[in-house]
Formats: sequence, C-alpha cells, structure tokens
Amino acid sequence: MTKDYSVELALVEGNPPLRELDDVISAPIDSRPSHKYHIALAITGSLLLIGAICVGLTFYYGIGMWGNNIPVAWAFGITNFVFWVGIGHAGTLISAILYLLRQHWRTGIARFAEAMTIFAVICAGLFPIIHVGRPWLAGYLIPYPNQHSIWPNFISPLVWDVFAVSTYLTVSLVFWYVGLIPDFATLRDRATNKIKKTIYSVFSLGWRHSNRHWVHYEKVYMILAGLATPLVLSVHTVVSWDFAAAILPGWHSTIFPPYFVAGAIFSGFAMVSTVLIFVRKVFDMEHIITIDHLEKMNKIILLTGSMVGYSYIIEWFMGWYSGSPFELFVTLNRAFGPYAWGYWIMVSCNVFFPQLFWFKKIRRSIPITLIIVILVNVGMWFERFVIIASSLSRDFLPTSWHYFKPTLVDLGILFGSFGLFFTLILLFAKTLPVISITEIKGVIQGSQPSHGGEHES
Amino acid sequence: MNRNQNSLFGVAALFDSPDDILNAAKKVQADGYKNYDVNTPYPIHGMDSAMGFKASKMGYVTLFFGFAAATFILAFMWWALAVSYPLVIGGKPFFALPAFVPITFEFTVLTGVLSTVFGMIAVVFNLPFNNHPIHDTNYMKSVSSDKYGLVIEAEDPLFEENKVVELLKSLGSKNIELVYNPEEEKFQIFQPRFLVFLAIIAVLTAGSTYITLNKFMYLPPFDFMLNQNKGVSQEESSFFYNKREMRTPVAGTVAREYIPYAYTGETDPKEVLSNPLLPTKKVLELGQKKFLTFCSPCHGNYADGKSRLMGQFPPGPTLHSQRIINFSDGQIYNVITNGFSIMPSYKRQITRDERWAIVNYIRVLQRAQNPKPSDFTEIKEINKESGKNVPN
Repeated sequence: MTKDYSVELALVEGNPPLRELDDVISAPIDSRPSHKYHIALAITGSLLLIGAICVGLTFYYGIGMWGNNIPVAWAFGITNFVFWVGIGHAGTLISAILYLLRQHWRTGIARFAEAMTIFAVICAGLFPIIHVGRPWLAGYLIPYPNQHSIWPNFISPLVWDVFAVSTYLTVSLVFWYVGLIPDFATLRDRATNKIKKTIYSVFSLGWRHSNRHWVHYEKVYMILAGLATPLVLSVHTVVSWDFAAAILPGWHSTIFPPYFVAGAIFSGFAMVSTVLIFVRKVFDMEHIITIDHLEKMNKIILLTGSMVGYSYIIEWFMGWYSGSPFELFVTLNRAFGPYAWGYWIMVSCNVFFPQLFWFKKIRRSIPITLIIVILVNVGMWFERFVIIASSLSRDFLPTSWHYFKPTLVDLGILFGSFGLFFTLILLFAKTLPVISITEIKGVIQGSQPSHGGEHES
Repeated sequence: MNRNQNSLFGVAALFDSPDDILNAAKKVQADGYKNYDVNTPYPIHGMDSAMGFKASKMGYVTLFFGFAAATFILAFMWWALAVSYPLVIGGKPFFALPAFVPITFEFTVLTGVLSTVFGMIAVVFNLPFNNHPIHDTNYMKSVSSDKYGLVIEAEDPLFEENKVVELLKSLGSKNIELVYNPEEEKFQIFQPRFLVFLAIIAVLTAGSTYITLNKFMYLPPFDFMLNQNKGVSQEESSFFYNKREMRTPVAGTVAREYIPYAYTGETDPKEVLSNPLLPTKKVLELGQKKFLTFCSPCHGNYADGKSRLMGQFPPGPTLHSQRIINFSDGQIYNVITNGFSIMPSYKRQITRDERWAIVNYIRVLQRAQNPKPSDFTEIKEINKESGKNVPN
C-alpha cells in the first residue's frame, strides 16, 4: 500500500474553466428557490417560531418556566450556550489555522464554515441574554459610564465571557466580510438586475480586483488569520473558566481549557460535515466539495474525538488521584448516578463511534459519515449537559440534592435555537456565494503562472 | 454611467492566461510606466515583484493599534477597579494582573483586527469607490470573472495613446478598450426635495425619541420599576386592620439593651440614681463634647449662663449657683433626662452614658470656677514636671 504523498490531489475535480466556476457557485443565488428549499425553510422556520414562543413565555412569566431550580441554577441555558459556542469553533479553525498551515483544501469549505461560525455564535450569544430573564438589563455587562458609577467586575470569568464571545463574533464577521468583498465584486459584474447590482455594488465597496490592492489584501488576510488563531483557542478556554474557576467538584479542574477546546473543534467539524453533506448534494457542488474534503474532516474528527476520550479518562484518574472524597464521588456519580444515562450516551457517541473512522471505507462512505457526525453532535450536547447538571444536582449538601428535569419551554428553546441556526444557513445559502469564488479560482490547476508559481509568495 | 468622450481615463487590455499578464506587467514596469494597474480575478503569484511592490506595511498598523489597545485596557481596568470604585473581590489585589490577561488579550485582538481592516479599506484603498472609471466596462466584467487585465492610465507622463495601444497589442492582447472618464455628476444641496427630506427625517427622529423616552418607558413591560407590589410607609393600606402600611411594634415591645428610667416625668424625685461613671479623661472628653453640643447654646461654654443665644431666647441659668453645686449627680441627670421648667427633655438626643458624662463635665466646670488652694499647688507641680506653663 505505497502512495506518493508528494503529489497533491486536484482540489477541484475536472478542472473546470473559471467562468463555469462563477456559474456553479452563483447558481443558487441566481435561480428561484425550489420546492425542496421552501419545505426546508418551512421546517426550520416552524422550529424557530416554537423557540420564539417559548422565549416569549420566559420573558412574560419569568425563568420559573424553566426546569432550573436551586441547586441546578445552570441547566439548559448554559448547556446550549456552550454547545453553540463550540460549534462555532470549526469555522475559524478552518479559515484561520488551516490557512496558516497552507492547507489548500480548506478553500472549498472555508466560506461555509465561517458562516456557520457566525450563526452558531449568534445562537450561543442569545442564551445568556435569555437566561438573564430581563434581557433589557443585559447591557450592564458592558463597561460604560453608567448612572451608578460602578464597573463590571473585570476579574470575573463571566465578564471575560462577554468580552471573548463578542470579540469572537465581531472578528469572525469582519474576517468573513473581508473574504466576501471580491466575491461581491464578481457578483456585481455578473448581475443583470438593477436592484441586485446596486446591492452588490454597495457591499463590494467598489472593489476593482486591482493588484495594487491584492498585495495589501493578502497581507491583511494573513494578519487576520494570525490574530484569529489564538482568539479561537482563547474563546472556549474562557468558556471553560466559567466552570473551572468555581470550586464545585467536577468543574474545578485544570484540564478544562484544553478539554473544552478539543471538544469544540470536534463538535464544530461534526456540524460542518452534517451541513456540507446536504449542501454539496442539493446545490450540485460535489466536484468542488469533494469526498476528499469529507475524508480530511473525518480525520480531524477522529483526532479530536480521541482527545476528548483521553480527557474522559483523565477525569477518572483525577477523581482518584485528587484524594478528595468529593471529587471521587462526583466522578462515580456521573457514571453511575441519576444522570448515568446521559453519561453513557456521551461516551458512546463521542468516544466509541468516531473510532470507526480508522477504517478508510467508513471515512469515505457518505451515509455512515452522516450518521456518525449526527451522533457526535448529540454526544457533545450531552457532554455539556452532564458536566453542568450532574455536578450541580448533587452538591456538598445532600439535603439540597435535586434532580433536574427540563420543562417543555426548555426543550422548545433548544429546538428553537436549531431552527434559528438552520434558517440562517438556508438564507445564507440562497443569498451569498457558499464557496469563495476568488479563492477557489486561485487554487485550481493552471490558475497560477507556470514558472515559480508552485510556492506561496 | 454617462461618459465624457473627450476625457480619456486610460487604455485597458485583456489577456487570456496568467503567464501573459505576468509578462505584460513586467514589460510595462520595465518601460517606466507609473500609473498603471493590473486587475485579476484572484491574486497572481509573482505579480508583486513584477510590478515592483515592496512588502505590505499593514502589519505595522496592527502592531501599533494592538499595543495601544493593550495599554489602554490595562490602565482602564486598573482605574475602574482600583481608583474609580475600589472593591476587594476574592481577596485579590486591586491590580490583579493575571486576572486582567483574558480581557486584555480579547481587546487587543479586537482593536488590532478592526483597525487593520478599516485602515486597509478606508485609508489605503480609499474605498468605497463605486464611481471609478473602470466600473461598468467590458474590461471590468471580464477581469472579475476569467480574464486578466492591464490598464495604463492617461495621467502617466509617458502616456501616448497610439504608442500604448501598440505596446499592449505587441504583448499579445486581443481585446483592447479605451476607457473614458464618467461625466461629473452635480448635486444641488438646496433643492426643495432634499430640504423636505431633511425636515421629515428631523421630525421622525425627534418624534420617535420623544415617544420612546416619554411614552414607551411608562408602558408595560418597561414600567416594572414604577408599579411594584410593595407597601409604602405613609400610604393607606387596604390589608392591615389599622389601615396603615407602616408596621409599628407590638405594644410593650422593648428595644434591645433598653434600660428603663424609674423617675420618668418627675421634676423633683424623692430619691435619685447615683453616678455610675468615674471622671476619667475619656469620660470627661465625651462629656465636654456633648456639653458643647447640647448644653452650651443656652448655658454657655463655661456653664456660666453667658451663651450665644443671650437676648434671643430665655437665657439658661448659670450652673455655678450654690443651689446647683449642692445638687447631687443624680439630680442633674434627672434634669437632663426629664427637663426642668422651660428646658425640654434631652433623653432622645443624648444617650444614657453621655448624660452621665455631661454630669461629670459640669462638676469639672464648677470646680474650675471655685478652685481649692490644693489645686494650684497640683497644677504648679504638673507644670514643673512637664516643663510647660499651663495657665491657671
């Protein structure tokens, strides 16, 4: 089984002419939506509406509509927040870290993954605001000179969270838009409809594809990637500090930051795979988002899944090695206590099933990949739920132990967040180029000068 | 876009392959043209050196603003938590550097990114610029899809139309286009339509602000601070039997550490309390302070009846009369507590111990007015020891 790894595979199958790439990528934008699209939008829109109603009930009657009760004060709200922030991590990883590592295969999926980042962070950001109960008071988290002349507590992990997530959203949005500017220019010059042309002109800022601009543009893109790389690692680290800085057994652990970051990339890639499998099929982009892309993503899922599994083992070890009876109790309680069902769903979905990706046939099989990545999404949601609910429900004082049960409103808001996410994805797929036209043109064969074009400048 | 056929912007040529455009750029650069540009649908490797660019300096923008942001936010957090509103949290120092790291990092990244992108787009590129002459030409439509273009501008000192066209043809371009400048558009500021538009905007902004701040804020759910389910002390209650929101203590309730006074209301009781305090320095200083606060306005600073209210108010008598010197401590205490003649009771203003301290201080004042010979010798001895000269 020898293979020549020095020869790079073609990133786009069939090497189509450049104008054909324009046509394929902008086909979903230029054509009228199909019946299938309407049906999909109806489903996600209904979910979104359910979520909106449940949020409305929460605001009207208060947080008492949720299953949260002392000692389980953080339940679905924070679980969903951490889950969605985690989903967001794949996008920046693909667009920034793989860019710096010169992984050219990222071009096919980077735009989509970045969009998913933004939508996931929007979903995530809603949960703390909803959890406040009076969302119009959430503004006090922002440091501004207010009438009480007091400031947020800058040494609290919850305030770090506000800064980390809002910075992450802003930077992802800017990164995404900078990448979109040349594509808007291409769309502007293709447009025949006057309204479309005006809209694209405004967003393209009058971009001229000038090489006097490209020289700065490429540099700035690299700087953004360089800044976004530590940022993406910092965001889930800060989220993990929400837990690790508390003294609760099961949370107070130094492994949390790397454990959370690995889990975030793991769940993010799973979500990107889930969505891309549908997108490449529906929009006939199988030659641009190839099976090789999916295989490479499956390898990253395998790697990060193993890291998550390793963290679970370390949790067991630390439960014993800490010498603290409370730590040991929490570890045993997670696996065999009232939330054991959640724990074993988490372990099987996150550790056992991704190990099937060791087999090349499974990595390259789309139906099996789809099943596994959906299971990974389920497993990663349960990971956050188990960490939060099992630690809180049995704290130091046995008299106050309480078994958390979600209410219908809890579930409605969870499904509503999925509705919001997929609605945004569908709208994005129909209004903006889901693949970077500029970048994909730059990496197909014959697109660069024949001499000296093999290396990056 | 209407174009002025007399004002040439430049000559634009299209090429079919990346190799052709690279050669063309090298040739144009070598011929000494300055005002030319290469437009390609994606960045071409090697074009930077072909057009003679130096490395982009955008990184310095990021560096400068990143450092500035880090310094600012660290100083700001120190000011907010240590100067503006100092608060000990978790036993940490006011300037908790390790705990400031996360926000410093996030703010640095945010500022670095925003300043770099804004600097590039708005300052370096001078965008948005939708009115540029090469927009809406066939040239532009081709280079944003699959062709590679080069445009030499008429502003270039070496520009001669025929020579440039020949040069571009010789480089292998099959499609050469003359690009003319667009007609300058003129807008009148004071045209009536625009003024009406401004007026409508002004009315809408002012009206919506007024309605938001003065009406919406008093409608549910934003009025939650105005309508609270609570009792206000002075209001009538529909719930409590005596119709008072304010709850008063049950009859006979005694406050903690309350000691009842047996002779309340009696101006001249048969028997009185004895003084529980010794005339120590601390007691006398307390007594002096309270005497000067509560007694001196009528009785005078030295208890001689020469007060600052003299003539405006019935004067307080001197406390140096023989009758009062003969009062027992308990009798003076009783006067302060219950009042005497037109003097009101001071028991609500002055605590029990303070009253006794005042009694002790009055005794000091009386002794100072009628000293014994032994007092003089004692003062002289104290002066000798301390080396000071305390006046008699």
